Formats: sequence, structure tokens, C-alpha cells
Amino acid sequence: MDNAIIQLNNITKKFDGEIVLDDINLSVKKNEFVTLLGPSGCGKTTTLRIIGGFETPDDGEVYFDGHLINDVPPFKRQLNTVFQKYALFPHLNVFENISFGLRIKKMDESLISGKVEKMLELFNLKNYGKRRIDQLSGGQQQRIAIARALVNEPKVLLLDEPLGALDLKLRKEMQHELKAMQQQLGITFIYVTHDQEEALTMSDTIVVMNDGIIQQMGTPIDIYNEPENAFVADFIGESNILDGVMIDDYLVEFLGKKFECLDSGFGRGEDVDVVIRPEDLDLTPSGEGKLEGIVKSVTFKGVHYEMDIVSNGYEFLVHSTDMAPVGATVGLTLTPDDIHIMEKGE
Amino acid sequence: MVKKYLSKIYMGIIFIFLYAPIIVLAVFSFNESKSRGNWTGFSLKWYIELFHDHDIRSAFYYTISIAVIAAIVSTILGTIAAIGINSMKGRTKALILNVNYLPVVNPDIVTGISLMILYISFNLDFGFNTMLLSHIVFNTPYVILSILPKLKQLDVHMTEAAMDLGATPMYALRKVIIPEIKPGIVTGFLMAFTLSIDDFIISYFTKGEGVTNLSIVIYSMARRGVRPTINALSTIMLFVVLLLMILINKRSNGVEKKKLKREV
Amino acid sequence: MKDRTKYFAYPYVVWIFLFIALPSFLVLLYSITTKESNGLTTIHFTFENFKKFFNPMYLNILWDSIYLAAVSTAICLVLGYPAAFIISNTHISRRSTLLFLCILPMWMNMLLRTYAWMTILGNNGILNNFFSFLGLPKVNMLYTRGATVMGMVYNFLPFMILPIYTALSKMDKGLLEAADDLGANKKTVFRKVILPLSMPGVISGIIMVFMPAVSTFIIPQLLGGNKNMMIGNLVEKLFILNGDWNFGSAISIVMMLIILLSMSVMNKFDIDKEGGARLW
Repeated sequence: MDNAIIQLNNITKKFDGEIVLDDINLSVKKNEFVTLLGPSGCGKTTTLRIIGGFETPDDGEVYFDGHLINDVPPFKRQLNTVFQKYALFPHLNVFENISFGLRIKKMDESLISGKVEKMLELFNLKNYGKRRIDQLSGGQQQRIAIARALVNEPKVLLLDEPLGALDLKLRKEMQHELKAMQQQLGITFIYVTHDQEEALTMSDTIVVMNDGIIQQMGTPIDIYNEPENAFVADFIGESNILDGVMIDDYLVEFLGKKFECLDSGFGRGEDVDVVIRPEDLDLTPSGEGKLEGIVKSVTFKGVHYEMDIVSNGYEFLVHSTDMAPVGATVGLTLTPDDIHIMEKGE
Repeated sequence: MVKKYLSKIYMGIIFIFLYAPIIVLAVFSFNESKSRGNWTGFSLKWYIELFHDHDIRSAFYYTISIAVIAAIVSTILGTIAAIGINSMKGRTKALILNVNYLPVVNPDIVTGISLMILYISFNLDFGFNTMLLSHIVFNTPYVILSILPKLKQLDVHMTEAAMDLGATPMYALRKVIIPEIKPGIVTGFLMAFTLSIDDFIISYFTKGEGVTNLSIVIYSMARRGVRPTINALSTIMLFVVLLLMILINKRSNGVEKKKLKREV
Repeated sequence: MKDRTKYFAYPYVVWIFLFIALPSFLVLLYSITTKESNGLTTIHFTFENFKKFFNPMYLNILWDSIYLAAVSTAICLVLGYPAAFIISNTHISRRSTLLFLCILPMWMNMLLRTYAWMTILGNNGILNNFFSFLGLPKVNMLYTRGATVMGMVYNFLPFMILPIYTALSKMDKGLLEAADDLGANKKTVFRKVILPLSMPGVISGIIMVFMPAVSTFIIPQLLGGNKNMMIGNLVEKLFILNGDWNFGSAISIVMMLIILLSMSVMNKFDIDKEGGARLW
């Protein structure tokens, strides 16, 4: 809590009677790159807007650097936001857009000039100062929006799905640029997205949200490898989720067979969800694997083959560099490490 | 390509229909005699008579001054109102818009009469002020109608972005919103001005002794029969309107050309 | 954070209550009360004023107004639709000139435009002088219903052309290509694709011509003369000449009802009170 630059305690928010955020508790450390990740309507954007001051929580407290800021309007908060559709001011040129916040602070003109020029150079947009906004491409507008926020040297930068409108290649480039920038400038980034790959690429910490509740919070590796519930397992990466029964600690039964696993602490005979990642399943010749199945479909994905293999009534999604043709009978094998047990979800 | 010829002929007929009367008026304003059938010679005497006509001069003065003042006031009133209305929701907003729309929909004569009744009920003296007031009343809805669409088009995050960067709501209004809706404000102003210059019925019912406008003067002259001074007046007005429209057209074309230039 | 901008509207709300709602209410009030013959106004609620209206003399005027307005609207439609169609099919470089030429008359003062027809149709006017020149007898054209219709068509034709043009120009050309591709000939394309899609513009045009036409009083006054009264003249006469505000208000209410009725019938089609359907 001491190192927390943003602290949300018991935040609840309702819209038209519906609960959008349900008792959210969140701690963001200084210089951290935190991503709020979840599907549409999970409450991630609302959380961001509450931090930014554009929405007021119905319940709970928002702390910034130890100070309670519930009643502080956005123009008095020391953070800046990058909006989803950039919200650049069309009637002002690039320079005037970026310097907007500095002008309000009544900074000296020469000082403003210097800072804006530095920003333009940082974003490879030198000499673009006089250009009009409608003459810029999507990627350029996006960078101007970020520059406009960063030039004010905020302690925290809020980003609301800023890369959504860009094409794939540009998006991936920007992901790396943003991450590099965050580390270079030493600013805390709070990032909102529904793209789990994006979150995994950029974040120090991921906060997975659904239905207004935080499902899991942790590093990308933790979230990916040790999902805490079926939602997270399903949302992050792709998963096969099966019904299983815990026979005993470290032993689970599913699809009529017993498997060793690494999880304990569940009751004997308890119904559980079993999660297996597609890339953890390996193909073996028929009869040599723990499971047997028939290949239903094969798609070449470049990086790997994606196959649907039916075994004992369950259709497994398998990612492998090996391939078996449609209709072939194959064996599937996996190690105890690949089996993740979680409590039965709803 | 018979079709093309037919189209051209058709449009030609339409335009002759639309312009012939005005052109005839203009031509005969230079006629020596009063007659509308015989051309007796070129003369500017009707124009001279026009300039000496006191009624027309004062009518012109009143028309312009009321149009300018009413346009300015209704633009300011309408802009503030539009910003407010845009932030409203639901049934209150719908009700206000409906009532606002009433002077636009109602026949001028009903609007004029209702205002006349209002003024008399409140024992107001009819005169410049009542006419001006009436113009503001019927102009403002049109200003609001010009500005509201522009407000709706505004990215809702723009005000938030301004505030996020440190602008107070007032600063955001001044520096972000109003510049963005400026085209709507300008259109609204021009509409208000045009409507005021042209108005007859509402002014007719709400003017007072000694106050009049061009339309009313033309009406009283026309009722007494045909007068060539009216022809002269109409020619001048035609000229002014033509000039204005060419200027406006050139200006919007110039803006277009500048835009194209920058893109290259 | 609360959005306080909606308070900006409050002064205007007071304004429209004072200057729009209240006057309308007063008209309504006058229409349902009467003046005692000794000159004092008593609040005596009655529908007498409306009953007075159901006299054949007045009903004739009402019917005449609607009839003449409808005829003018129909003529405007017949003349205006082809014009709008031709303009929308003109190459874009010449289109703005054509539109400019259509809009320009609207900027001319309406009284002058009406007065122009006085000089043309009068007994000593252009046409009659021309007829005499040809040795033909003079025709009495001014101060007839025909003159009124002529005046209305002349004044309101641009109001019909522009909305139809707007609807036609906004039409997705892809639809025409699709129809073509599916085997429709030009006539069918027009009947089944263009005409229906231009309907909102047609409706708009009809409203923008019919409404002012039915309520105008300048045009029938100057061109129709005293014998051909329309409902607008009647109201003016009652208020200015007769001082019979009660009856005049009642007729104003009738006029308002006609307008609101025709608008609600057309309302399904395009009227956006937030500024969507406009002249240009």
C-alpha cells in the first residue's frame, strides 16, 4: 500500500440500477504497467474513468499518492488520459493540440516550444507541428494523442484501448513502443484492453475483470500458466476445459481415465474444472498416448497446426507443429504440469 | 441524346418561369413612363424618386437595424440554449424541442397574432422594441436548429480530453466546443438575418406607429396599385442579393480550393 | 463529475414559456371566450366562436384555402420533381450553378415576387398589353383564383425542388447499379427504386409548400383580391378590421390544427426536430 500510487478501495458503481463495478479493490504501484483486461462490459473502462475523474463511484474511495481524490474534478487531477478515438481537437493544429495542457498551466512560450518539439521528435513526427489533424493518418493521430498527454509529465497515464483502430502490424509496433516509452519515462501506465495478447505483451501486472469483479490479478506468466478460475483460463489464451473429479490430492479423473497432476487441496470426489492448453497436448502415434482420438479438422496457422481432435466424446483443440490428417486416429499425451485444476465455475 | 436536349429545354423553361417576372420588373424600372406595356425610353427617374421617398428610407433603416440586432441577440441566445439542450435527456428535452419548434411550424400569421395578443395583454407599447422582440422570438429556434446537429456530431470525449488536460468546464467551452460548432453558429446567424430582412407578417402585427420595414412598405404601396418605384427597389434588392450570393459562393469555393491545396 | 451545462438551457426555457407557450395559450383562451356586447370582456367559456365557424360562408373559405393550396402543391410537385431529377443527374461541376439559380429567387423578398405578378397579370400589365398588341382582347387575369394559384406556385416552387433534389442526390448509386444488374429497365428502375427512395424528399417538399400556401394572406390579398378570400385573409381581417379577436383566435386555432394534423400525418417520414430536415 505504501508504494501504491493509485489505490481503489471497495469501489462500487451502478448505471441505471445495474451494478457495473462490484466492490473493486485495486492497488497500482509506481512505475508499473498495469493492464485492465476483460470482455466488453466487464467494467474495465468504467474503472479507468473513475480513476480519471469522469465518473464518480457510488461507493468506495479513490486514492492518488495517498490523497483521497473522490471529489477532485478531472482538471485538477495529476494524471492524463489517452482516449480510445484520440479526441484530438480538429480546429487546432498538431502543435496546438500537444501544447494545450501546457498553455493552461500558463507555462512560458519558449518552454512550451521546447517540450513540444522534444515530444514530436520522440514520436518521429518532427516538423509536423503546423499540420492539421485531418491530414494525419490513424497511427500519427494516435501518437499525437499520446504526446498530448505525456507532455504534461503526469505521474500516471491512463490509456483506454488506444490501439483498437490501428491495423495489426502498426498495433504490434505501437505495443513495443509504448512499453519502451513507459520504462524509459518511469511513468505509471494504466492500460485498458480486451485483447489478451496485447495485455500479455506489455504488462507488468494484468487485472482480469468480468461482470464488474476482478477475476485474477498477477504477472502475465502467472495469469497464463496458473489461471485461478475457468473464466480466466478461457479468456487468456485458448483452453480446453473439461469436467473432472478429484480422486485424491495430485490425482484427477476425467474422460474415464486417471491422471497425475500438481494440484492439491480439493476435497476427495469433488467435481472440478480441468484446464489443458492446446499447445501442451502432443501428438503420438495411435496407442502410444494417454488418450486416443480422431482428427476432425486441420488448419494451417503458419506458426503451428490447429486441430480439432475428438477423444471420448470431448473435442480437444490442439496446437502442434506435428500434423495428422483429417480422419486419422492419433494418440494424445500430456505431463502432470500441463493439467490445471480449478474449482467448478458457474 | 434527345433526353439531354429535353432536359435542357425543361430546365430552361423552369428558369424562365422563375426569373422572367423579376427581370421584367427590373427592365421596367428603367422605363420612362408608368406603363408596363410600352417602353417609352430609358430613365432613372424612378430610382431618384426612390431615394427621395422618406417612407422607404426609414423602412430600410428599420429593416437593417432590426435584422442585425435580432440576428446577433438570437444567435447568442440560441447558442447558449443549444448547448444546454444538448446536455438534456428524455422527455424534458423532447418537450422543450417541441415547443421550440412551434414558431417554425406555425403559420407566420398565427405566431404574429399570438405575440400581438401577448403584448397587448401586458400593456406593452408597440414600437421598435416589440418588433425587435418578435424577431428574436422567431429567429432563435432556427439558430438552435442550426447548432444542435453540430453539437451532436461532437466527439463526446473532446470536452473530457480538454478537462483531462487541465481545462475547467468554462475553458473547455470557450476553447474547444465553440470553435467546433462555429459553422453552425455562422449558419444560424445568416438564417436569422435573412429571415428578419424578409419578414412581413409577424412584423405587420407587432410593429407600432412610426416603425415599419421594407416588406410592409412594399405591401402598402402594392395595395394601392402598381408603382414603378417598387420596381426600382426590387432591382436594387435583386442586385444586392445576387452580389451577396456570388460572394458567399466564391468564399466557400475558395475554402474548398485551399483545402485541396493543403492536401497536395 | 456532474455535467452542469444543461443549466444553460434554463434561461431559454423561461423565454419559450413566455414568448411561445404563453401567447399560444392566450390565443386558445380568446378562442373559447366571448366579449359581451357592452364592450367588457367577461370570462365566459364557450365554443360559440367555433360554432360560428361552421357557417357555410366561412367553411367555404376554409375549403377554398385547402383546395387552392392543394392545387398549388400538386402543380409544384409536377413541375418540381422533374427539375430536381434533372439537377441530380447533372454533372457535379454544373450542379451548384443550377442549385444557385434555384435558390436565388428564394432570397428575393416575397412581396416583390408577388408584386411582380401584379404587373404581369394586370389589365394594363405586360401580358394584356402584349395581347392588345396582337389584336387580341384583354383577359381579366388579376384578382382571380387562378392568379392566386399562379402566385403560390411561383413563390413556393423552389421549396419543392430542393428537398426532392436532396433526397435524390443522397441516394446510393449502388442501388441503381444493383437494379440494373438484376435486369430492370430504366422505367422500372425509376418506378421501383428511385421514386420510393425519393419519397422522404417528396413529403418534405409537400409540407414545405402546402403549409405556407394554406396560411398565406399576402398572395390572395394582392393577387386574388377581396372576393377571393383565403383563411389567412379572414384572420387578418378579423383582427385588424373587425377587432373580433375571439372569432379570429378561434380560426387561428383551426389553422394550427390543420397544420399540426398534416404534419403528424407526414411525421413518420423525416422531420427531425433537432435540425435534420431542412431546406438546404
